[in-house]
This record gives sequence, structure tokens and C-alpha cells, in this order.
Amino acid sequence: MEAEDDIGRHMMDENEIYANGGDGAGAETQRQRPIISGEQLDVEAYAALYSGRTKIMRLLFIAERCDNVSMQLEALRMAYDEIKKGENTHIFRDVVQKIDGRLGPNYGPDPAWADAVDRRAEQRREKLENELNAYRTNLIKESIRMGYNDFGDFYYAHGALAEAFKNYVRTRDYCTTSKHIVHMCLNAILVSIEMGQFTHVTSYVSKAEQTPDAVDAVTSAKLHCAAGLAHLEGKKYKLAARKFLETGPELGNNYTEVIAAQDVATYGGLCALASFDRTELKSKVIDNSNFRNFLELVPEIRELIQDFYTSHYASCLEYLGNLKANLLLDIHLHDHVETLYDQIRNKALIQYTHPFVSVDLRMMANAFKTSIAGLEKELEALITENQIQARIDSHNKVLYARHADQRNATFQRVLQTGGEFDRDVRAMLLRVSLMKHDYALKASRKQH
Amino acid sequence: MNLNASTNSVEALVAKIQGLSGGTARDLAHLHSLLKESEDLLVSSDSTRPSPASFLSELDPSKHSLGYLYFLEASTSRPISKEGSGEVALSISRFIDACKADQIRLAPDKFISVCRRFKDQVLLAEAPIRGVAPMLIAVRKLQISSEQLTPLHPDFLLLCLLAKCYKTGLSVLEDYIYEVDQPRDFFLYCYYGGMICIGQKQFRKASELLHNVVTAPMSTINAIAVEAYKKYILVSLIYAGQFSTSFPKYTSSVAQRNLKNFSQPYLDLAISYSTGKISELESCVQMHKEKFEADNNLGVVKQVVSSMYKRNIQRLTQTYLTLSLEDIANSVELKSSKEAEMHVLQMIQDGEIYATINQKDGMVRFLEDPEQYKTCQMIEHIDSSIQRIMALSKKLSAMDEHISCDPLYLAKVGRERHRFDFEDFDSVPQKLNM
Repeated sequence: MEAEDDIGRHMMDENEIYANGGDGAGAETQRQRPIISGEQLDVEAYAALYSGRTKIMRLLFIAERCDNVSMQLEALRMAYDEIKKGENTHIFRDVVQKIDGRLGPNYGPDPAWADAVDRRAEQRREKLENELNAYRTNLIKESIRMGYNDFGDFYYAHGALAEAFKNYVRTRDYCTTSKHIVHMCLNAILVSIEMGQFTHVTSYVSKAEQTPDAVDAVTSAKLHCAAGLAHLEGKKYKLAARKFLETGPELGNNYTEVIAAQDVATYGGLCALASFDRTELKSKVIDNSNFRNFLELVPEIRELIQDFYTSHYASCLEYLGNLKANLLLDIHLHDHVETLYDQIRNKALIQYTHPFVSVDLRMMANAFKTSIAGLEKELEALITENQIQARIDSHNKVLYARHADQRNATFQRVLQTGGEFDRDVRAMLLRVSLMKHDYALKASRKQH
Repeated sequence: MNLNASTNSVEALVAKIQGLSGGTARDLAHLHSLLKESEDLLVSSDSTRPSPASFLSELDPSKHSLGYLYFLEASTSRPISKEGSGEVALSISRFIDACKADQIRLAPDKFISVCRRFKDQVLLAEAPIRGVAPMLIAVRKLQISSEQLTPLHPDFLLLCLLAKCYKTGLSVLEDYIYEVDQPRDFFLYCYYGGMICIGQKQFRKASELLHNVVTAPMSTINAIAVEAYKKYILVSLIYAGQFSTSFPKYTSSVAQRNLKNFSQPYLDLAISYSTGKISELESCVQMHKEKFEADNNLGVVKQVVSSMYKRNIQRLTQTYLTLSLEDIANSVELKSSKEAEMHVLQMIQDGEIYATINQKDGMVRFLEDPEQYKTCQMIEHIDSSIQRIMALSKKLSAMDEHISCDPLYLAKVGRERHRFDFEDFDSVPQKLNM
């Protein structure tokens, strides 16, 4: 990452604000800070951020999703190497199939290795089971807990996630200290994330947080990240943003089996931008000294948040565009990218028009690097949803702010409510009359 | 001997009528009971006897209304020939015109059957318009108060519909009805009333009337409600631009379960309307065209389609200040800007939008609603609305009080309460001496 030159940015011209990046190229040459163009994801560097099963899954995801064949093969190769270090033969076979011999004889199906691993696994499983049975007969709580824990680890290593989860949960009954409980929760969270069952994640996070005085800074940071991920999957972007922003910098590299610090910055930043209003953005993101540590790791996100806040929409949207390709390869974020981007773009449009009484659509189209017709369509949608209070003068291509006349609106509503009351009460009286008649009829019939 | 005796007694009856009719209320009551006793005397199938019609000349319809009514009813109960029908219709309409309201109110059933026969004659003669005015007078005379629904109301509205005299029908519909005797009359009244309002393009009132039919308490599903529901869907689309398939809480369960089964094509139409696309709506109309035609609803369906154009244009007024006719035509899916111009022009004339068309530029400028709610008329309107609603509120509380004193209601509530509250010593008698 190149060092940025901030000086140029701070000496902003008045023109820049009005043009809003309108004379796009001109504004950029004034600032000496280059915008980092969307470089291709460096698969090795990316994979180095993670460890454990998630590293393999992410590599496989990249291989599946990207179009670039060389990147694909690179990812598959790294995945193969990583799997060989572990004991998961199912995934091994998967990867071999995907590689399909394209990487040469060193990366082919290795039945010898697979068989050896399976045999070892079977032996270990028997041993574990025997040990566990012994512990159970002896009824030593701690050992039983360790036994189940080991089972959980074993299954996790071999990719039987459901079994692993069951075993980790079983340790709950044998937990004696709060440290144990937290340990159990973290394991359960890990497996749930891998399985994609984020409801479990939320429940175990809250369980862990409620455990008295066992939560140190690192664990707390981990729990925040996990909770943030759960909210992200549930499309609750505001809550996800808050969780990521509360993550302490103690996280560091301690949770690489789930998430990297860069991810915290990316996810948190994007969700915040899409869902926070201006005041919250300033207080919780820009002025947040804890989060700054994370943002340093991903300067593009930092820059684009700054650009958004200072109304340089063109460059903000450009950063977003550049990041998009790589974000689509992220295992957690990929199906939220479109939604988040749309929300950020809409927010930008709304924020742009907010302070003005009239806006020249030509300048605005320049600022957002889009055509006037397209911009009109976008604004029309926002006006219909009542997110912008304005009217478009299509003839002169101007947007005029329009504030509803409260007095007239009130009168209208009053008359309408009166009419509805009228109608409803009259209908009610009619129905009463009908029922009375009906009842009287029945009563007289009964009497006869 | 018999013949003479009976003729004599008829004559005696006539004399009694002439004598007692001008008297006090007690006299009238006496006359009424006399007439009731002599009913079979009048209605005899013996064709040799002079028909009661012959005695009508001795009676004056305006003074001896009650007696005249009985004789008239008896004479028309016999089968009438085609040639005689015109005369009969004429004589009945003259009677209706001349009769005294308080006298005929003593024998409403007879009056109603006479009027119904009149209606049949008029329809037989295929001149429903002849019946409109007399029926209107009949309705007004039969009504004890303008809030009461008489069985003649639906007949009157039917004649208006057949004669296409919608305005006359509307004048009756403007009264608010609070008392209803027969559910069937009510259903027909609302249904015909709804149709008349649709004819006059008063969709708000039509929607109200049809809503009343659909949500009225009923123990079994009836055909009137089914037809009314179909029209209700269409009218809701035209008036409110949307239709919700959920019934309000007070709808009878019978209606809630069954009405939708009969009106599937209309519900499909409502769904395609909600997409906001003309092409979808039109294809739906095409698909179910025969069914709409069979129900005689095709005209209203066409109005639904044109209302969609209007609604789309109205939505444009919310987002644009000026817009070219080309763009209007494109977004509303009209074929050319000329058509768009015609639509916008029609809407401006109908007062549905406020706009000016600049033909030189081909631009339409949308204006704000000029109503400022500051004029005298508006203040009067608001004031009268307040008065009306206050009166309605009073009526509602009066009815509430009345019901809480009603013995039937108390008996039922008392019974239920006794069943559930042992500690409740509030003694409500189980059986009230009525």
C-alpha cells in the first residue's frame, strides 16, 4: 500500500465543494493523492490472512467465483496444499475434482495419503471413544468435558460439522468455570459460522457475553465480530455495523480462523456507510479512534468514507466500483454487495440534493458520472419513495426542492377522516338495524 | 239472494268508508278493522258479481284512501288482460298521486302489493319510464321518515335503472337510511343503488353502498351479495386504485368464506391492476372477457382500464414539475404523445389534475392544487361537516343507550353472565316479564 499524501486533500478549493467532483478530472489532478485502481486480488496475500478451515473455504469460494483462470488455479493450488496439512479427506476429493489435473501430477488424487488419513482417523476415533467411555464411567466432570471437546475437535478437523457441533454443545453440561463456558461458546460459534447457521451464532454470542467476568478484551472482540457477521447475514446492516465498530483493536490476529482485521474494517465501513446517517457516521466511524486502527489496514475504505462525508461523491463511487470485483469474491459479503452499493448510492443522491433549493441535473449527472436520463430515473424512484422531497422540471432539467404544505395537508386529512367516520358509523348503524331485526325475528319465532 | 246480499254489504261497506274516512283517528282505526273483516267479501272469484273496480268510482282516492286502497287491491288481484293493463296502470298511478299518506300507512302491505302490481304492469308494457315518477311519490308517501327503508325502494330503483333515469334514483339515494326491516330489501336497495351510482360515475357512493351489501350480516350466501362483490371489486379499483382481499372484521363468516369463490376473474383483474402496468391489465381483461360480458360488467371493466391511465398520470404529478408529452406517453404506455395530450386534457377538464399544456414545446406543467382552504364556502363546508358528525355521534350514543335498556339484550347478557360469574352478585333477572 502506497503512502498517501494528505496535504493536497486538506487544502481544498471552494470550487471543489460546488463542483462536487463535477469537473471530475480537474479535481483529481489538484489532489495529489492517487486513487488506487482495482488491482486483482492477490490470492496469496489474501489467504495469508486466514488460518484453519476458513482459509480453505475461502480459497475454494474464490476459485468458484472468479473468472480469471490463473487466479482460479492459484487458489486451488493453495487450497490443495492447505488441505494436505489437515485431515479432511472429503474436501480433498472435492478439490482434486476441481483441479482436474490442470496443475500437473503433484496435484492429483493421492489415494495413498487419503487412505492413510482415513485409517488414522478411524483409529483416533476409537481411541477417543474408549477414553470417553472410561471418563463417563468414572464420572469425572472435567475429563468428560475434555473428552467431548476432543471429539468436537476431531470431527471438525475431518469436516463432519454437525457432529462437531453436537459434541461441543454436549460439553455444556460439564462446564464448571465460566472460562469453560466461554470456550464452549467460541467453539460452537466457530462451527456454526462454518455451517452457515447464524441463528446459533447469535444465541451463543449472547450466552458467552452473559457469562460473568470471563470475558477478556480479546474474547470480547471475537464475540463482537461473530455477532457482526450474524447480523450481516441477516441483512441487518445497521446492527452489523455497530457490532463491527465496537470491536476492539485487541482482535489483531487472534481470530484468523474466522475473520481478518481487514474484513472488520471492510464490513464495518460499508455497512455503516449504507445504514448510518451523517451524525452517526461522524461520531461512530470517523471519530472512532479504535476503529481507526482497522481502517488503517484498508485505506480504500477509509478514503471512501471520508469522500462520502465530505461530499466527493464521484471519487467515493469510484473507490466503490474498484473494490466491487474483489468484494464479490468474499465469502460473507458477496450476496450483500449489490444491496449495500445501492443503499450507499441512494444515500449519496439524497445527501447531494438535501441542502439545495434547486439543483442543476446536468451538474449532478457529472458529479455522479451518469447520464441525465439515468439520473432522472433514479431520482424519480427516490421521490416516489418519499426519500427526497422535490420535483423534477424535466423541461429545464432542474430539481426543485418541495416542502409539503402542512396546513393544506392537514385540512385535507381532516375532511377525509370526517368522511370516513361518517361512512363507518352509518354503516354500523345499518348493520345494527339489520341484526336487531334478525334477532327479533328469531326471538319471535322461538316464542311461537 | 246471496248476490244481492253481498252486493248490498259491499255497498254498505262503501257507505261506511265514505262516512268514517273523514273522521278522527279512532274512526279510521274502526274503518280499518271493518275493512280487514270484509276482505274476503271483496276478493271473490265469482265473476258474476260486479268487480270491486266498479265501486271505485264512488270513492274519492284523496279522501277515502284507505278504502280505495282495499278495493283497488282486490280488483287488481284478478288476472288482468293485456288491453286492460294500460288502464290499470293509469288508475293506480292516479291513486298514488292522490292518496293520503297517513291513511295508506295503516295498511302498508296492501299498498306495497298494489305498487308492485303497478310495476309489473309497467314492465309488461315495456315502458319503465312511466313508472318512475309514480313510484317516487309512492316511496315518499310510504316512508315514515326519510331514514326508513321501505320495500318499495328497490322496486323504484329497479325502474330507474331500466328507464335509465339515474338522476331521479340518485335523489332517493341521497337520504341516509338507518332503519331496515327486511334484509332482502336492503340488499337489493344497495345493489341497485350501487349500479345507479356507477351509471352516474359517483364511485365513492357506489363503493359505500356495495360495501354495505358485502359486509351485511347474513346467515347464508345469497346471489345479490355475490354480484355486489364483483362490482365492488371493480368500483374499488376505479375509486381507490387498490383492492384488498381481506374483509373487515364485521363481515359475516359466510361471506368471508364464500364470496371469493365466485369472483375469481375479478380478483385476477385486481392483482394485475396492482402491478401498475397497462399491458398486464389489458391482457387480463382479454382473458376473462366472456365472463365479464356474461355478468354485464364489461362497461365497468373498461372504466377500470381507463382509470389506470389516470392513476399513472397522477403519480407523475407527484414527481415532476414539467414533463414532455413524449415522456408521459412513454411512462404511461400510451401509443403517442397525441394520445397523452388527449388524456391529460380530459383529466384537466374533469378536475382530476391541475396542469397546463404548452403545445408549442409539447410540455405539460403540473400545478399545485389551488385549494387554499381559506374561502367562505370551505369554512361552511367544514362547519356543516362538524355539525353532521356531531349529530351522528349523538345518534350513536342514543342507540347504545337504547340497546342497553332493551329487554331482549339484557336477557341474553344476563343469561351468559350468570353462567360464568359466580361471585357476580349483580342480579340481572334471567327472565323478564315482557
